[in-house]
Amino acid sequence: MLVLIKGGRVIDPGNLDGIVDILIKDGKIAEIKEQGSGVEEQGSGVEVIDASGKIVTPGLIDMHVHLREPGHEYKETIKSGCLAAAHGGFTAICPMPNTNPVNDNGQITEYILKKAGVADTVRVYPVAAISKGLNGKSLCEYGELKEAGAIAFSDDGNPVSNSQLMRRAMEYAKGFNMPIISHCENLDLAANGVVNEGAVATSMGLAGIPNAAESIMVMRDIALCELTASRIHIAHVSTKESVLAIRNAKKRGVKVTAETAPHYFTLTEDSIKDYNTNAKMNPPLRSSQDREAILKGLADGTIDVIATDHAPHSYIEKEVEFDQAANGIIGLETSVSLSLKLVHDGVISLTGLVEKMSTNPAKILGLDTGITAGRPADISIIDPDLSYKIDSSKFQSLSRNTPFNGWDIKGKAVLTMVGGKILFDVK
Amino acid sequence: MRFTKKDILDMESLSVDEINLILDTAYKMKEISIRPIKKVPTLRGKTVVLFFYEPSTRTRISFDIAAKRLSADSLSIAASTSSIVKGETLADTAKTLEAMNPDIIVLRHSSAGTPHLLARLVKSSIINAGDGMHAHPTQALLDLMTVREKKGEISGLRIAIIGDISHSRVARSNITGFTKMGAEVVIAGPPTMIPKGIESLGASVSYNVDEAICDADVIMMLRIQKERQKSFLFPTEREYSKVYGLTKKRVENARSDVLIMHPGPVNRGVEIAYEVVDGPYSIILDQVTNGVAVRMAILYLVSGGALNAGAD
Repeated sequence: MLVLIKGGRVIDPGNLDGIVDILIKDGKIAEIKEQGSGVEEQGSGVEVIDASGKIVTPGLIDMHVHLREPGHEYKETIKSGCLAAAHGGFTAICPMPNTNPVNDNGQITEYILKKAGVADTVRVYPVAAISKGLNGKSLCEYGELKEAGAIAFSDDGNPVSNSQLMRRAMEYAKGFNMPIISHCENLDLAANGVVNEGAVATSMGLAGIPNAAESIMVMRDIALCELTASRIHIAHVSTKESVLAIRNAKKRGVKVTAETAPHYFTLTEDSIKDYNTNAKMNPPLRSSQDREAILKGLADGTIDVIATDHAPHSYIEKEVEFDQAANGIIGLETSVSLSLKLVHDGVISLTGLVEKMSTNPAKILGLDTGITAGRPADISIIDPDLSYKIDSSKFQSLSRNTPFNGWDIKGKAVLTMVGGKILFDVK
Repeated sequence: MRFTKKDILDMESLSVDEINLILDTAYKMKEISIRPIKKVPTLRGKTVVLFFYEPSTRTRISFDIAAKRLSADSLSIAASTSSIVKGETLADTAKTLEAMNPDIIVLRHSSAGTPHLLARLVKSSIINAGDGMHAHPTQALLDLMTVREKKGEISGLRIAIIGDISHSRVARSNITGFTKMGAEVVIAGPPTMIPKGIESLGASVSYNVDEAICDADVIMMLRIQKERQKSFLFPTEREYSKVYGLTKKRVENARSDVLIMHPGPVNRGVEIAYEVVDGPYSIILDQVTNGVAVRMAILYLVSGGALNAGAD
């Protein structure tokens, strides 16, 4: 079975950028061909995908999502999360370990991968816990977890407060050449805060979380990364101080990488007005100065990755008192559109977008991707100019907790292919 | 002028005209409470639910008396005696209540924004009787009424609010209310209790009580909660009362016509000295009396009443 992706601008950073055709055979990329080489005329049985006017990229990877299985299947299952990913343009996702039970042992990792195999959609690379039960007290068995298929370690949702444990986790993970992904939050400073500390929180009578609750831990983790000569990936960067600390660390050669989420570069704390629980997340939406710093960090490469922190919750957790509402929003089906806005606004280039949503996460996680002959055909096609209205009622995700419902936006993922199989086609 | 709002959620959403309407109506209502028969039939057949998720004595009783003096049927639900202890969510409780068609729900809740959530969920009028650290509009209105009654006018006055501003919904609503009515508001307290960005509500900030109260026409003291020591906001009550409390000496240095207010309950000897509570400048009990009048006015107005339509 032959598939030809024809006439699209193929962007595979560091490898190729141009209007070429991609011939796919038996799920693998068979050939990159100059335009109009006439493969489709060679015979019947060639399925042609017209990608003219569109961007063809190596499969997009969302390295930070929460699938709620096992434990909270009414919010999201592995299958529904995978479908949401495919519809959002992603060919691979990394689910965080804060399921119930926690993904802190080989059996749970295997369970997740088995369920993902049954779903048979996007690729799933589980992130396992740094510490047993995410309790910050003892290390998980990284060797067994790696063997079971874990790709990185994180206690996401919970910070690792004990600096000694964090040091040892970094050192120990180094032995397996696997990254630690750090949720940076000082719990003493965050205290009972539910939104960004500042005038908005004050006028709404909500307890605030200061920027320093995040940046103190970013700086600690950078220091530990230097101490251990290992590498660290900072999750969901939300403050200007964190951006500055990461930029400075990179300048001195520290192996630190960082991600931010579309909501941190799109929204500010103003979105919580009227006590909108769909704008409540942790870290919280910050000030416009923080948002500006995040944009700068994306533009100059300080922030390597755009990841969604896709956090499905049902209305049972969201239609409640603001301070009791669950943290987090879904992101898989809006990420590409919101990130394309960065391109339209001139913050990053299309190449930059592909780097942050595919090339860089692949590098950090040690995944072999790219559009070259012989590789599996994991490909995303994006229409940067397709204007539409975001309609959460049409989402594949089981949850609807997004502040972006009803937004008019330009640019969309239009086709997702994994191993040559088309999982999503906007048509 | 008729009051057209369905709910009273905070001072931000009330216009100057609406505030004046409430205060003017409250002065009329006040007279009812000094009659030998303290009851008018105005709200006969209306149902007022007093829904208190947080313990409260004065506010709940004040609303209850206000409703009864207007002949409304009022009933109190406390969180501890309701289905909330059985795990029912606020949304479900609200919908259940709604099914019984109450006209007005008076809500006290420890979470900011809860009245706003309830107002979106039900058709009944929602009156915020205090939500977390956010707002306590009826307190601000009764404070405005009391100051206007004593001073004749609010515009141009200097109001000093002293204490734990961070945790105080009374402070927030009063800063908004008094500045909206043309007064100048200065807040003071230890920096640990002054929240970031409070200036955006229109108050100026001082860390020095003597400075803040000098030239103040009104000094409003806020209650200090002992448990704040645990989050390191102040070292001891002893030190607090010395540095930030309203002592007799501080009152002696204040204006000769100063008014001293406190939303209660008072910690005598901590934020305010014993003799100051009972002293000649204190109008703390006038606040309580006016509380009933303001709440009568609010119940009347959100029920569709108009000023001069004849409260009896």
